[in-house]
Amino acid sequence: MDNQTVLERLKTRFADAFVESREFRGELTVVVPKDRIVEVCSFLKNDADLAYEFLSDLCGIDMYTPEKRFGVIYNLLSLKNRHRLRIKTFVEEENPKVQTITGIWGTANAHERETYDMFGIIFVGHPDLRRMYMPDDFEYHPLRKDFPLMGIPGSLPLPKK
Amino acid sequence: METNADEVTPRSRILQALEDQDTSASFLDPLESEMILNMGPQHPATHGVLRLLVKLDGETVVGCVPELGYLHRGYEKLAENCTYHEFIPHTDRLDYISPLSNNTAYSLAVEKLLGIEAPLRAQFIRTIISELARISSHLLFLGSLAMDVGALTVWMWSFREREKLYDIFENLVGARFTTSYTRIGGIAQDMTPAVVAMIEEFIAALAGKLEECEKLLNRNRIFIGRCDGVGVLTREQAIDLGVTGPTLRASGVNHDLRRTLPYLIYDQFDFDVPMFEGGDSLARYYQRMAEMKESIKIVRQALDKIPNGPIHAFKPHNVLPRKHEVYTRMEELIHDFMLINFGIDPPDGEIYSSIEAPKGELGFYIMSKKGDGHPWRFKIRSPSFVNIHALPTMLKGAMISDVVAIIGSIDPVMGEADK
Repeated sequence: MDNQTVLERLKTRFADAFVESREFRGELTVVVPKDRIVEVCSFLKNDADLAYEFLSDLCGIDMYTPEKRFGVIYNLLSLKNRHRLRIKTFVEEENPKVQTITGIWGTANAHERETYDMFGIIFVGHPDLRRMYMPDDFEYHPLRKDFPLMGIPGSLPLPKK
Repeated sequence: METNADEVTPRSRILQALEDQDTSASFLDPLESEMILNMGPQHPATHGVLRLLVKLDGETVVGCVPELGYLHRGYEKLAENCTYHEFIPHTDRLDYISPLSNNTAYSLAVEKLLGIEAPLRAQFIRTIISELARISSHLLFLGSLAMDVGALTVWMWSFREREKLYDIFENLVGARFTTSYTRIGGIAQDMTPAVVAMIEEFIAALAGKLEECEKLLNRNRIFIGRCDGVGVLTREQAIDLGVTGPTLRASGVNHDLRRTLPYLIYDQFDFDVPMFEGGDSLARYYQRMAEMKESIKIVRQALDKIPNGPIHAFKPHNVLPRKHEVYTRMEELIHDFMLINFGIDPPDGEIYSSIEAPKGELGFYIMSKKGDGHPWRFKIRSPSFVNIHALPTMLKGAMISDVVAIIGSIDPVMGEADK
């Protein structure tokens, strides 16, 4: 299974949901609209030929551009075909919401919680969307580009002397 | 963890001050047979600062919530503000039991982004050190799992072997613990014949030492009784939860990145990928013991085949020049100045590169933008993070005393789980 075959299959199956694709260093990245992400993921997992049964990684990204501010990146692996594929979707700044894929891969639960913690992207339908690393009452999302490297003074209360 | 806000009971001020919203938990349970046990972050069996909230019915675990973040240092944010070379020492602090394989994984990721490749000798040395790191990590697993279930001697014996490994690392790298050995496009310094002799001596003796440990454990009734059938993860659950490494292979999935998506020079070696079907703590123990024996095979073959030659790729815009060249030659001085001050400038693009680290798939997703010496986005996919989140599934229905045997059998390191 090579990149071209996978791309053709995705293009024919999701002709209306295909935004763009890019190949870099032999890795295929496909961008899909955010409202089709569950559909695309469950097709990729359940299709007998493609069989991307393993979600290696899920992470967020802050593009820091007005129209597509945040992105969610899904790194898939097919054990059968020994092939990796990257799916990407973008959400806007005012309404950073995307459907959860915890129903497709159980491992997405932890990754989505981490992405929510770090970027503030809300995964609609996630069973337990809490912060992963930061305290529950922390107000910011530290991996956003407008969060300074040194932190915001006073955002993490220190114990009283 | 269910909390019930309506159930207000008068609490003394001291009690209220002791409780925060994480530790207080009340739930509807008329017989009061369920309780919540807070395990960690300071607990000897949690291998660092893992905190588990375990819901118990008598002695049976009915639910579990892992709480992470006690060692969160924000490495992903830090990486976005470091040049690619500056981040190498930080990779030591991810999985600090096997820093050499993190160094290798990071260098391979950046090299993939740049489209360069280290010379053959450097690749051989990286393979050898990755396998030694695997042995080091699995030896710690062996000692700590046995100690968690009560066999203290094995801990001493496995640490005696790890001490020899640290001596090798000290002679090879100059540091025992935080190695920072690889460079982008090569390695820091060449492997001397003295180190080769030390490695040969170590791996020649290791099989016998492992056998000694196996004699203590494989027919030990208490050890078998504590581990057999405990924390079972079926094949489907393992794939669904995304666990990788020995934990996945002990559940009967034949997936090892060294074999399925070979990197470095693993396709040149003759080795088996062990696999067990049990999916319990005992299978994970057998799995790691078998993997150490395969690692010995790989190191031996690599030492036989290792070629002579350079250990740095000749790519002046990406690879740091040697120090003696910087002091004596103009071109190298300029490149050194540019690389240290402005960093490498990879093209626009994104890559995901992963290796089979001792604990599972250690991957780096890097997105770079041209004209910027730092990564735009740097994501660490750490095996322990994912494996820890399989704990609720493994713990369900287990006894409270099995919790330590299950945590020990997936061998988490909080340095990489918390990033």
